[in-house]
Amino acid sequence: MEKRSEDNREVISLLNGVQELFSGRKQLSVASYDGYWVSYGALTKEQTKSCGLVGSRRKGGDDGVVDGIWLGTDLLQYTASGLTVGAIYALVAIGYNIIYNVTEIINFAQGEFVMLGGLFAVFFLETLRFPIVAAFFAAVAAVGVVGFAMERLVIQRARNASVLSLIIITIAVSILLKGGAMLCWGKDPYSLPPFTSGGPILFGGAAIQLQALWVLAVGAVVVISLSFFFHRSLYGKAMLACADNPSAARMVGIRVRQMVLLSFVLSAAIGAAAGVAVTPISLMEYDRGALLGLKGFGAAVLGGLGNFYGALVAGLLLGLAESFCAGYLSSGYKDAVALILLLLVLFFKPEGLFGSAEAAKLKRF
Amino acid sequence: MKKTDRWIFLVLICLIAVFPWLAQNIGAISHYVELMIFAGMFSLVCLGLSLLMGYAGQISMAQAAFFGIGAYSSGILTAHFGWNPWLAMPVGASTAAAVAWLVGIPALRLKGHYLAMATLGFGVIVHIIFNEEVDWTGGPSGMVDIPGLSIAGWKITSEMQWYYLVWGVVLVVLLFSFHLLHSRVGRALRAIHEEEVAAEAMGVPTFRYKVQIFIFGAVTAAIAGSLYTHYVTFLSPSSFNLMWSIRFVLMVMAGGMQSLWGALLGTVLLTFVGNEWLQVFADFEVVVYGAILLVVALFLPQGLISLFHRAPGARHNPVSPASDEG
Repeated sequence: MEKRSEDNREVISLLNGVQELFSGRKQLSVASYDGYWVSYGALTKEQTKSCGLVGSRRKGGDDGVVDGIWLGTDLLQYTASGLTVGAIYALVAIGYNIIYNVTEIINFAQGEFVMLGGLFAVFFLETLRFPIVAAFFAAVAAVGVVGFAMERLVIQRARNASVLSLIIITIAVSILLKGGAMLCWGKDPYSLPPFTSGGPILFGGAAIQLQALWVLAVGAVVVISLSFFFHRSLYGKAMLACADNPSAARMVGIRVRQMVLLSFVLSAAIGAAAGVAVTPISLMEYDRGALLGLKGFGAAVLGGLGNFYGALVAGLLLGLAESFCAGYLSSGYKDAVALILLLLVLFFKPEGLFGSAEAAKLKRF
Repeated sequence: MKKTDRWIFLVLICLIAVFPWLAQNIGAISHYVELMIFAGMFSLVCLGLSLLMGYAGQISMAQAAFFGIGAYSSGILTAHFGWNPWLAMPVGASTAAAVAWLVGIPALRLKGHYLAMATLGFGVIVHIIFNEEVDWTGGPSGMVDIPGLSIAGWKITSEMQWYYLVWGVVLVVLLFSFHLLHSRVGRALRAIHEEEVAAEAMGVPTFRYKVQIFIFGAVTAAIAGSLYTHYVTFLSPSSFNLMWSIRFVLMVMAGGMQSLWGALLGTVLLTFVGNEWLQVFADFEVVVYGAILLVVALFLPQGLISLFHRAPGARHNPVSPASDEG
């Protein structure tokens, strides 16, 4: 175990250097799970495996030196990695929708919840030595508390603020969360061991990491339990009522403030779950929140803002688009794909692919 | 220009004129001249943004992108093609104007959060382009060999010369903005901000004015970018990222959106806060910066300038409810 994690660190630091050359991102970037060709480095097969990479190309002989590691080489591989990333975007998008439905606020700090989820899980697992399951739930609960604090300390005071002020306020919170994370965890990326150990599943020429299945599973569990929550439980129905018509909801005795609070806690917890699940694959560092948040918003808009299942489908679509772009076109521009789609949707179909134009007119935008 | 504005303008000219002399004679703040050069460049960006946010009521989180388009246009034309910097500057400004027109037409049909996210997304895309087009921009490692500025064969080298050049441009843009505000366009803008539907019903071509102001903001940002390029003679994409767009919005917001003076005040203040006064906090800087922002947005939504005078229209509309904006 000890040996393994040491290897892990070595591989990761090596990959960071290589990654820097390729992705053009700033120093100590992340070994990400998509179609990058990493053609430098000398890794043993064990190292690549322990790092969670799915394959390596050997440079002749059995000297244990590889001159290339690849993460996905064909359609199936890109589809698998696209769906994994897409599940994360979908969860972020669902987080946006929950808060938006109840408050009509777009929470610009949504991406930070994902980042905090990953980093809190590292803290519980590595520092406090929790078992993985406990660390997962502890991280989700901790970020839920952050969401609680955000609503109570900030959003509640800004009840009468203009849209412009609200944008600035949630951005300020995101800067605070990011700065706080930097102070607590520093600027280096952290990794988590996969939820279950074991090599990748080989399927039709593609190698699928076990952790990718866990990401999809977390996504599915969240979506199914949210459906039950909104359609079966009293609290869920009350939240839907607030989304539909806050004044009428208040008249029938629903405590709207409480629902707003609940929406923030729920949305923070969902973001955190996504963060914990994806950290073993893509690592996590303090400044990942903004881009994740922006892409998640892209998914939310693509699916029609406020539309729950729309967000799910749109998130997966965005993930696929990004993965295919990285694989077939240009890995440098993969981050732009989701944003270009976001702009196109905003410009030409602002109600989203699955939203109705009439419902969009009723909203405040 | 109103009488009070005229007086403030005169006082400002005097302050700008004597500041370097004052700063140089006080050891502790002698390096403030350099900071003021940057504050001047940022002021150019923020004056345009202030017109857009405070007067037209539209948000843009893409000003760093226009700043960068100006900067890289100047950098590429002078370093790769050997153009005269004074020729490259208008080309950069025109490029920014053209891009602003292309993006503004679809984007300004959106409102509130949607507009914020659209401009934000556009800004990030431009930043990615700066990073990826390595042949032109040097990519993440940056761009060097950019010449400085000279006027009629006379090189602008000292900080003092740069200071007066930059603030001279700021004063010209400020004067132009005031005249704009008191023209037909300015009245139309205020009408849009107060009640867009009513303005439209009165026959104000609201959309056209919004696009025009958006383009104006892009042009001032691009000019600032060109000046920045020739001053620092080195470009790196990190100067034009999302955080900078957010900073520009905050400068305008902190000073007070409803007043050009507020934008100037906020820009100078936050430039000093970010680059000088918060340095003692070292790593805590970002957190303190975020906290300041939060406090201003929560408790002083009209900005610091509202402590000195009431923004026009503020009395009729003490707390504008969310629905008014969107």
